[in-house]
Amino acid sequence: MAIYINKKTRVLVQGITGKQGSFHTGQMLDYGTHIVGGVSPGKGGQAVEGVPVFDTVFEAMEKEPAEASILFIPAPFARDAALEALDAGIKLLVLIPEHIPLHDAMDIMAFAKHKGAVVVGPNTFGLVSSGYCKIGIMPNKYFIPGPVGVVSRSGTLCYEIVGHLTVNQTGTTTVVGLGGDRVVGLHFIDVLKQFEADPETRVIVLIGEIGGSAEEEAADFIAGGISKPVVAYLAGKSAPPGKRMGHAGAIIERGKGTFDGKVKSLTTAGVKVAALPGQVVRLIQEAM
Amino acid sequence: MKLYEYLGKKLFREYGIPVPRGKVVASAEEAAEAAAGLGEVVIKSQVLSGKRGKAGGISFASNPDQAREEAGRILQMEINDLVVEKLLVEEKLKIEQELYLALAVDCSTKLPIVLASLDGGMDVEDVPEERMIKWPVDVSIGLQDYAVREICRQLGVSGSLKNEIISFMPKLYQFFRAMDAELAEINPLAVTAQGLVAADAKVTIDDDAIFRHRELPKIKEKTALEMRADELGLAYVELDGNIAIMANGAGITMATLDMVQHFGGKPANFLDFGGGADVDRTAQALELLLATNPKVLLINIFGGITRCDVVAEAFVKVRERKGFNLPVSFRLVGTNETEGRAMLEKTGIKVFSTMDDAVRQAVEAARAL
Repeated sequence: MAIYINKKTRVLVQGITGKQGSFHTGQMLDYGTHIVGGVSPGKGGQAVEGVPVFDTVFEAMEKEPAEASILFIPAPFARDAALEALDAGIKLLVLIPEHIPLHDAMDIMAFAKHKGAVVVGPNTFGLVSSGYCKIGIMPNKYFIPGPVGVVSRSGTLCYEIVGHLTVNQTGTTTVVGLGGDRVVGLHFIDVLKQFEADPETRVIVLIGEIGGSAEEEAADFIAGGISKPVVAYLAGKSAPPGKRMGHAGAIIERGKGTFDGKVKSLTTAGVKVAALPGQVVRLIQEAM
Repeated sequence: MKLYEYLGKKLFREYGIPVPRGKVVASAEEAAEAAAGLGEVVIKSQVLSGKRGKAGGISFASNPDQAREEAGRILQMEINDLVVEKLLVEEKLKIEQELYLALAVDCSTKLPIVLASLDGGMDVEDVPEERMIKWPVDVSIGLQDYAVREICRQLGVSGSLKNEIISFMPKLYQFFRAMDAELAEINPLAVTAQGLVAADAKVTIDDDAIFRHRELPKIKEKTALEMRADELGLAYVELDGNIAIMANGAGITMATLDMVQHFGGKPANFLDFGGGADVDRTAQALELLLATNPKVLLINIFGGITRCDVVAEAFVKVRERKGFNLPVSFRLVGTNETEGRAMLEKTGIKVFSTMDDAVRQAVEAARAL
């Protein structure tokens, strides 16, 4: 078992004929993802990597019903494509693009809530149930099955840490990228709940960073509701206040969202916080 | 993008939000002229910094001569390292009461949130938590009257003030949504005999939505290098150390900086050149970094969609073109690692496979200088 997605999940790719869309469709197919269709307005009837392309999500859902969709659409147009997917009945929406306007993200989240759908991202690498299904852009070879559940705000840092695990023959159940933006669909708490309920996940790794209050909220939740060991790494210890460190959400504002505050909250909740990314492996081994 | 107060107020006016009568000026003489039609005035420095009052950047004058004198003084000032170039000369309001009102984005609820308090006019950080009313707004219905009535009840406001707030607040909400604001703060919101007036305007527009607001002027908040990086689409922050750092992805770049500091070094910058960059873009990022004259260069690549051979090719090209000779610490793993590694090693660059080793080497090189 894994969380959110599995071998049977039927997936659409919105923006499948673009450079990123077509490349990652190939990568996801290689990984074993069950991609049933693509959407690109005006390009219906074509095929990308053997996957049929439709003009609208509604058409795709009529001919190749899917539960999930992944978006490779330029940020200014992402809102329309995301609302289309949700309206057509997609229940898990993965938003890859960075720089989606904040108000667009809020509109998407409100509509998703109304439709009872889960949104991953924006500005995420996606999610992968290791060995079964990848809906995202992460490099395939690092994601092998195993007992560790991973949830991260950032992509490459997550690959770095999962890469260490892979080298040490430790695999993952599901790896979820929350996204680097301020308004994102899934929060740490949502994913922690799923990992707690997933019998195959034995240890949870939380990869956070400065800015916002998601780590503090996660710490409160862990203290009250998570029985499995949690190991964390947080980025941004050296970041100056008031500067946006690459991610829109990675900024210390008005004294809030500091590294020390987050470490303190997590430590108090019983989470082991690694000082360096390379130390996560040892903390996991100790926890198991 | 933060907006100057005068610009925020100009936009407020377009959305029917009352603001004081006033004029933007750039000289003491203009300030005197502006004051002539306004009676008692307040003269406010236009800089993108809070706490202008405490720094002496806000003053009052009761006639044009005084306005000239005060304006002249403030125009000489630097407030929190910012040069004062413009002043806002406004009528001095007869304020009965000062409120606080803002709309912001609440990341927890993923909704716009109304922040309202009777403790206006002071630093918002100093307002006790229980005296700040918070009301998330469902974007599918917007800010309805019933919500404002409830906010007023929680504030303990009734009578004519309540009615004024009910007519005022939806305008600020409309402004906030239509202008793609991430913050629209009025502190203080002045209660006067003529009604509610926005005595201040602190507005930040979402950078990712600027494309929808071409009418807005470009406001410089950044250094020349940071702006150049913006043009190139790179995430760059200047810092004060001597080890220049380049990596792919915000998280790993932050972690690289943290590790440099952990081992006793000082990062000169944050530079995330993103995932999947081609040779040209990688080369541009590298050239931008070299323009800062760093003492040591640290490159940390974990190639997923970023290809190691592309990064190596860009590096070799830039080195041939610029002929730089500073100590380089290179970590390169992931997609097409073997090819990338071979290209670098051919030119005598040692390649590390762990982040720890590369960072340690960079810190040692910086120490040896």
